[in-house]
Amino acid sequence: MLTPDSQSKTSSKDIASITGTEYKYGFETVIETDDAPRGLNEDIIRFISLKKKEPAFMLEWRLKAYRNWLKMSEPTWASVNFNPIDYQDIIYYSAPRKKPVLKSLDEVDPEILKTFNKLGIPLSEQKLLSGVAVDAVFDSISVATTYKDKLAKIGIIFCSITEAIQKHPELVQKYLGSVVGYKDNFYAALNSAVFTDGSFCYIPKGVKCPMDLSTYFRINNADTGQFERTLIIAEEGAQVNYLEGCTAPQRDNNQLHAAVVEIVALDSADVKYSTVQNWYAGDKNGVGGIYNFVTKRGLAHTNAKISWTQIETGSAITWKYPSVILKGDNSKGEFYSVAVTNNHQQADTGTKMIHIGKNTHSKIISKGISAGKSSNAYRGMVKIDKKATGSRNYTQCDSLLIGKECAAHTFPVIEAKNNITQIEHEATTSKISEDQLFYCQQRGINEEDAVAMIVNGYCKEVFKELPMEFAVEAQRLLDISLEGSVG
Amino acid sequence: MLKIKALTVNVEGKPVLNGVNLNVNPGEVHAIMGPNGSGKSTLSNVLAGKSEYQVISGKVQFSGNDFLTLSPEERALQGLFLGFQYPVEIPGVSTENFLRTALNEKLKYEGKEELDAFDFQQLLSEKLQQINMDKSMTDRSLNQGFSGGEKKRNEILQMLVLDPKLTVLDEIDSGLDIDALKQISLGINQYKSEKNAVILVTHYQRLLNYITPDFVHVLMNGRIVMSGDYTLAQQLEEKGYEWIQAEPAVA
Repeated sequence: MLTPDSQSKTSSKDIASITGTEYKYGFETVIETDDAPRGLNEDIIRFISLKKKEPAFMLEWRLKAYRNWLKMSEPTWASVNFNPIDYQDIIYYSAPRKKPVLKSLDEVDPEILKTFNKLGIPLSEQKLLSGVAVDAVFDSISVATTYKDKLAKIGIIFCSITEAIQKHPELVQKYLGSVVGYKDNFYAALNSAVFTDGSFCYIPKGVKCPMDLSTYFRINNADTGQFERTLIIAEEGAQVNYLEGCTAPQRDNNQLHAAVVEIVALDSADVKYSTVQNWYAGDKNGVGGIYNFVTKRGLAHTNAKISWTQIETGSAITWKYPSVILKGDNSKGEFYSVAVTNNHQQADTGTKMIHIGKNTHSKIISKGISAGKSSNAYRGMVKIDKKATGSRNYTQCDSLLIGKECAAHTFPVIEAKNNITQIEHEATTSKISEDQLFYCQQRGINEEDAVAMIVNGYCKEVFKELPMEFAVEAQRLLDISLEGSVG
Repeated sequence: MLKIKALTVNVEGKPVLNGVNLNVNPGEVHAIMGPNGSGKSTLSNVLAGKSEYQVISGKVQFSGNDFLTLSPEERALQGLFLGFQYPVEIPGVSTENFLRTALNEKLKYEGKEELDAFDFQQLLSEKLQQINMDKSMTDRSLNQGFSGGEKKRNEILQMLVLDPKLTVLDEIDSGLDIDALKQISLGINQYKSEKNAVILVTHYQRLLNYITPDFVHVLMNGRIVMSGDYTLAQQLEEKGYEWIQAEPAVA
């Protein structure tokens, strides 16, 4: 297992010299403001770490990540095009002006609550009764975490990563970067250096989380880069369903979103992670929109299971490959994905299933839907190690095209290093046929509703993996995303 | 109800219908027969508003309205139902869900209250019973993996649920065994009333053993060359279409 500490040992003297420098550069001037100045350098990272009241090991880790990032360059292999990002023109830390009080929802800034209500985020009492615990992230600060106390009684920790770093540093130090190391890739390195918040979830040995855990992320301030870091740890035999919803208001400037999600599933643990991503996709002409460059990976130990379900409808550019490292024998990995692109959206998404343990199983169901002038690529890797005998993978990769100007690409890579392994790959590309549309119209259903219905049917296999409430939201988002895609 | 006047239609620049005239009144059953390539399916599709057909001249009125300017869904909502010769498959969309959406569109159009899932299920099971069909079929994806007979039965079920004013059934009898044919005929006979009308488009006479048409028309080379009562169908069965070709046109 790669851990940052095993990769490079930094002596305590180095730490002292690094942390010691923070005062030299006249921090006082920036500390007084809530936003960091534009740009990125070691001082900004110290500022973030200081703002977050982090222990020394975190700052050290961030700086190591930053120094590595400086030596890296943006990956260019993805099938997406965009103008170069000026990383010095981004604000890396922004906190709400009025610091929210966490004791009760009533004390949260009403403006913030209003925004959440507009988004339909289940923070209200009725929603709470439905049994969803919510950790809401507004820009970079966790606003309210509900149900935390109830969960704490059975040993579950569900809080912001900032709080986890302060209160549970031993867990953070042990697991942060253990699945996605700070050297992993350009965006993961950037995230490791500058992440400002995110969620933390710890399910102790043998505990089945009695409710779905849910986080809503939202980018609010213009020009704010959002770098969440999520860490989920399920100990032996633990079980959890984790839901993440994303949405962003309309903005003209492109905003960078580079998140990292790490899942650790110890022996026989079962983690199911579902995302509905609806960041602002830009307008019809492709102006604006979020750049969503995300690294998500899970590490499955013996008999553990990690399942990713994602519904991707937003973002101008999506670059995202939720993966599972099937390290332990008999471990299982699943990836269910619906990626919809319309207008000028570009998505390059898929998964990696790395089979290391014996008798490991993985399943990939990917549904790509392209409309307008968009481009949608599935990129997947199934790698079966020499020792991973008796392993199996099933991949089904379907593309649906709507209209004549969109594109769909499939880039599957299969690597099998032993011959007692079974791999199946099925791929289809289809169009919504004129005959299907005419049939629906003849029954009184207009073209736009017919497209929505056909697409929803097409995605059913993936939707059924989502919890009921999420599935309904996903369908609604799909309908909205495809508006104006016909005619 | 339906008035077709001198309808001339091209497909990819070639004339397929050549001045078709037809009047259909409520309570009537018309059979349109003809050999392959005579324009039978074109007529059904033009009525329903399929886009690849160019109407060159002529008129189609439905309940007094000019039908040719309307979109396919508008025509459906006004009460036209087309039973397809080759019903399409829609994976992942159950027949029940599809049909409820369609019915609610119609109810909405008529200014009536839409049915919730519960009320709809009740209606659906009544209609299923009428034609001895099993509920499990409507839980499956629309027409996906259905046999030819099941697809046709599914069309009849949809007709019963949507209860249109005018039903056009395009070769509903093709590829059916005798049991399926009986089942479908049962559905059509239960649907028939003084208020609605049926046009059966068919190649063969055997369907007409179960549903007695009031009028039989023979469509050849894009026009109706002969019209008569039920006995005309029997004559066709005995003598074949060549018999008419030999006769002078009497449209």
